[in-house]
Formats: sequence, structure tokens, C-alpha cells
Amino acid sequence: MAPSLEAPETVEDVLANPLKQKPQLVAPEPEHCPGPDSEQAGVADSCAGCPNQKICASAPKGPDPDVPLITARLASVKHKILVLSGKGGVGKSTVTCQLARAFATNPDITVGVMDTDICGPSIPKMLGVESETIHISSAGWSPAWAMDNLAVMSIQFMLPNRDDAIIWRGPKKNGLIKQFLKDVEWGDLDFLLVDTPPGTSDEHLSVNTFLKESGIEGAVIVTTPQEVSLLDVRKEIDFCRKADIRVLGLIENMSLFVCPKCTHASEIFRATTGGGRALAQEMGIPFLGSVPLDPRIGMSCDYGESFFDSFPDSPACKALKSVVRTLADQIGLDPNEIMPADES
Amino acid sequence: MSLSKIKHIVLVLSGKGGVGKSSVTTQLALSLSLAGHSVGVLDVDLTGPSIPRMFAIEDAKVTQAPGGWLPITVHEADPSDGIGSLRVMSLGFLLPRRGDAVVWRGPKKTAMVRQFLSDVFWDELDYLLIDTPPGTSDEHISLAETLLQRARPEQFAGAVVVTTPQAVATADVRKELNFCSKTGIQVLGVVENMSGFVCPNCSECTNIFMNGGGEVMANDFGVPFLGRVPIDPQFLVLIEAGTRPTYPVGTEVNGRDISTPIATVKSQDDTPDTAPLVQKYRDCSLAPIFHTITADVIIAADIANQK
Repeated sequence: MAPSLEAPETVEDVLANPLKQKPQLVAPEPEHCPGPDSEQAGVADSCAGCPNQKICASAPKGPDPDVPLITARLASVKHKILVLSGKGGVGKSTVTCQLARAFATNPDITVGVMDTDICGPSIPKMLGVESETIHISSAGWSPAWAMDNLAVMSIQFMLPNRDDAIIWRGPKKNGLIKQFLKDVEWGDLDFLLVDTPPGTSDEHLSVNTFLKESGIEGAVIVTTPQEVSLLDVRKEIDFCRKADIRVLGLIENMSLFVCPKCTHASEIFRATTGGGRALAQEMGIPFLGSVPLDPRIGMSCDYGESFFDSFPDSPACKALKSVVRTLADQIGLDPNEIMPADES
Repeated sequence: MSLSKIKHIVLVLSGKGGVGKSSVTTQLALSLSLAGHSVGVLDVDLTGPSIPRMFAIEDAKVTQAPGGWLPITVHEADPSDGIGSLRVMSLGFLLPRRGDAVVWRGPKKTAMVRQFLSDVFWDELDYLLIDTPPGTSDEHISLAETLLQRARPEQFAGAVVVTTPQAVATADVRKELNFCSKTGIQVLGVVENMSGFVCPNCSECTNIFMNGGGEVMANDFGVPFLGRVPIDPQFLVLIEAGTRPTYPVGTEVNGRDISTPIATVKSQDDTPDTAPLVQKYRDCSLAPIFHTITADVIIAADIANQK
């Protein structure tokens, strides 16, 4: 029988199932495999006759021995924030970069950005460090520095050719994410922003499992105003609830577009169902603000420049600043220390 | 094997999320249907299925039949109007509540993709469009494996790759093109979506996400460039609210006047338009653009399948 859809694996089960060293299987996992890491491994009904049965049954089923190592490594990071969205292309990476840059405008704050989007890493390009490579020392892997106080880690740095496709299945991606957390020498950071790929799958589960013990401050969720996007974002909020991740707030990106010629404001991604604000209210989570669609944000991302430096007076910049202040407030920090209010 | 009666299978791919894979899939399906072909759409984006929303069939439930799962019919064929039938299958139909998260790891997704390819009872189709999630991971590997193994070479035409013009997006989509060449999937062409936005007030076209990046990328990789598709808020309204698109006088898209005659605008009032989506789509400014793109895809698919 194929995996039943009527009774899908409950999210709680998947989440409660920590990631461990994968047992060395002698044959590919069959379709109805309960998962070589699961409690059921080797003893489930579908395991009968599988060549891997013995291996799975005898595999260690305790907590992952690497989790304490990760916790020790990240002990010097004060706030760990995830940036999530169920939908792709809503601006997770853009928001991550802008948040990082906003935090980094204060020279006393050190920020780290970790890009867990393995198949489509955008962070290095947006922060202008695309050509960097990773240096490995005895202390661990050194991240690339986009600014004096802004460290970046991404799989892009490990590719010999920038257009290479990473054709990896889930377990391999989990392995790399673990390594990013375990082996990267982040040093003392005030914020570690974790950019994620769209969806609710391997990467999200892994980051959550590995960071659970060291404590995740919470998640910032990004959406665009139209219902097609809100639909997927609702799923992501559901995921956060079930995974016990605090939602720090929802950011509505690409909300209005102001025509540069006639200053007519158009709702390109029309919020037929009330947009991000209504969703935040419906789900009972804080709304951090709307960021208008400004072609210059995209442009500064393409060139890896700071939007804050290039266009400090634009409405989008002001909106972003207000988002940062609200976010700081949610984390319990003084907004004025993170992002001083505009003198006006 | 449920794929045996399908003439052409076309993947819609993109390395980047939110560039409009599902919109492009929807419009390709509508255009193919308008050209008189019978079309099936398979949505394998397991953690974020958007296709049910696109066709406004979110409440539909899939039924089991002896031949497999029956896809949802969006509209039946109408030979008098030259319209082919359109059927849809998505994971979205199988979820009990629409806000529920599907938290699946790779192996489970792989199994689901295989099952979607083998257990859906498509019957006879001219085209099967497969909408994919962003990236080059489990779903894509499984799709490529299963299709290359099980579909006949004269069936599996190749992939339409969608991108937006800005460099951040094309950087990811370049990876997808490399994925296609590594796995032996033929690229039927590149569509540059969200290429420019025409202000509904003054008809000024702004390149929100820059312009031309898709074409440059297609040239770099030596694959056909199918065309540029601008942002049309009216298309979104059509999808979300089912309102027939109307345009102010003087609106031009790609040099073609598509403004709605004033008489038609007035006659519409607020009465909900119950015509099928495919009929309303004819009035959308994007329809003629997709008509050309679809014609190119049909030719490319024919050539690919004859090899």
C-alpha cells in the first residue's frame, strides 16, 4: 500500500523524531519505509523482508550526539532568529539582508547570516560577497564578512562554479546544515539570522531540531499580500505552532507599488482577503509592518549594495526601519538602541 | 501505467520561488485548452500547492476509481468553441484543512511524487503540465528519475523554465538549467515573467524587477527564449475574484491595444460573471502573449518528441 493520505504522518511525530547519524543502509529505502531514524525503524510492519531491517533495528536511537556540540558552539550567539515563508519569492532573503544590514548599522552590534537555502542561495549575491570562499582553520570554518560586523555563511561559497546546481536529496542537505551550525566559527554574535528555503520540509525541521536546545528566539514570517501567498504562509504559521517556535511577527512585503511617473499607487499583488495585516490578526500574531514594492530594493540586491545607504529617504527604507524597530521591541530590546528613530 | 495515454508531458521548472511557475502553468494550460487540446495539470509542490487556488477549485475533493484517483475537472471539452478539456490534480485536494502544514521529509515526498505519477487516472490527454516546487531537490530528482524511466521518450517532451528578470532570480534559475542538462531533461524554452508593470493610471511601463535578464540567460545557455510576460494585476484579480479583466482606454501591451470597449465595461455592472475561467481569460492582456508562447511550446514539444 502506498503512503496513506487520509492519515498523513502527524507533524508532531516528525518533529519529535530527532535527526541522528543515518545508519549505513545496504539497499535504498523502500517507499513505505518508516524512516531509518524513526522509533519504528526495523520493527514496523513494512520492515519485514527489507534488506535493511537488521541495520535499522540496531541503529542507535538516542538523542543526536552533535546537538550538545552545536549548543556549545552557538552559546556566544545572543539572539537566533529564523526568517520563514511557506511561499517562494516573497522576499525572505531580501528581508533577511535588510534586517542584517539594519542591525549592522549600529557598530556595536555584530550580526551573522546563515543561508540554509541549499538549492537557491541568494544571500551572498545580495550582500555582495558572492566571490568569497570559505577558510578552514583549527577553530572551524570562518564565515565571509560582508561588513566589519556582518558575517555570512552560505553553500554558494563552496561551489567551484557559481552556476552549479546542487542536486541533493533531503538527508544530504540536513548534513550540511548541521555542519554550518557545528563547524562555523561565528564568534560573539548579537544576532544570527537564519534564511530558509520556501516550504516546510527537511531544512526547516533540521534547523529547528538542531537549534532547539540552544534556544531559538523566534521566527519572522514574510508574505506578499495576495491570497495565493497567504495560503502557503498560513501553513508555515501552523508549522511554527506545532514545532513550538515563537512567531515574532509577520512582514508584508511588496505591498504597494508607486508609479514613478504619476505617483499612482497600485496594488500589484492585490490583497483580496485583507493581506498580511488581516492574516496576522486571524492567526493572533504580531504584524511588523508593510514594505512597499520599490524597484530600487531589487536593484540594490542585484548589485549587493545596502539599500539603507543608497536610498535613505525612500518610503520603503522608512518602512523597513519601522519594521526593525517593531521587531526589536518584540525581542524585548530597546528599539532606539537597534535603530535610532529618524530625526524629523 | 496511468501516463500511457498522454501524448506530451511538459515540466514547468524554476530554481527560484515565487517567479510565477504556477501562474505560468495555469496560463499555459488555459492557452492549450483554448487551442483545442485536452490538458492535465499535475501539481507536485507538496508543501505549498497553489494550483487549486489558481483554478478556484480549492474545495474539490478527489475520488477513487478502479483506474486510480480521478483528477478534478475544471471544464469539459467544448468542440463547438474549440476548447479542450482541463483536468487538475494536486496535493491540495487531499488535505483535510487548507491551513494545515504538510511537514514531510525527502523520502516521503519522493514516494508521493511517484504515486502521483503512477496512480492518477488521466485517461487520454494531449498535454500533461507538471508544476513543481522551487529548487533542485527531492521532488525534482524523483520526477526526473521516474519520468525518464517510465515515460516513453516520445512522451516526455521536456521543461519550460520560468524566471524573473532580476539577477538574484536568474542566478538561481541558472542552477536549474544546469540541473536539466545534468539529468538529461530538454529545455523547451525560458519564459521571463514579471517583466515590467504597466501602470493602470498612466500606462507608464516600469521594470520593477529590471528587464531582459531571462533572455540573456537563455542565450548564455543556448536554449530558446519564449517571451516576456508583464505583470498584469487584472490577471490576479481574475484568479482571486473571478472578475473578467477590463482595461482603460489606451492600454497597450507589447504594442497591441487591449483596452476594453467602453460599452462592455458598462454592461458588466456588479453581477458576478459565471462564465468559465477559460472564457474570461480570453479577455486578459496576457492571453495573446501566452498564445504565442504556447504555440512555440507546442512546436518545441513536437520536435522533442519526434527525436
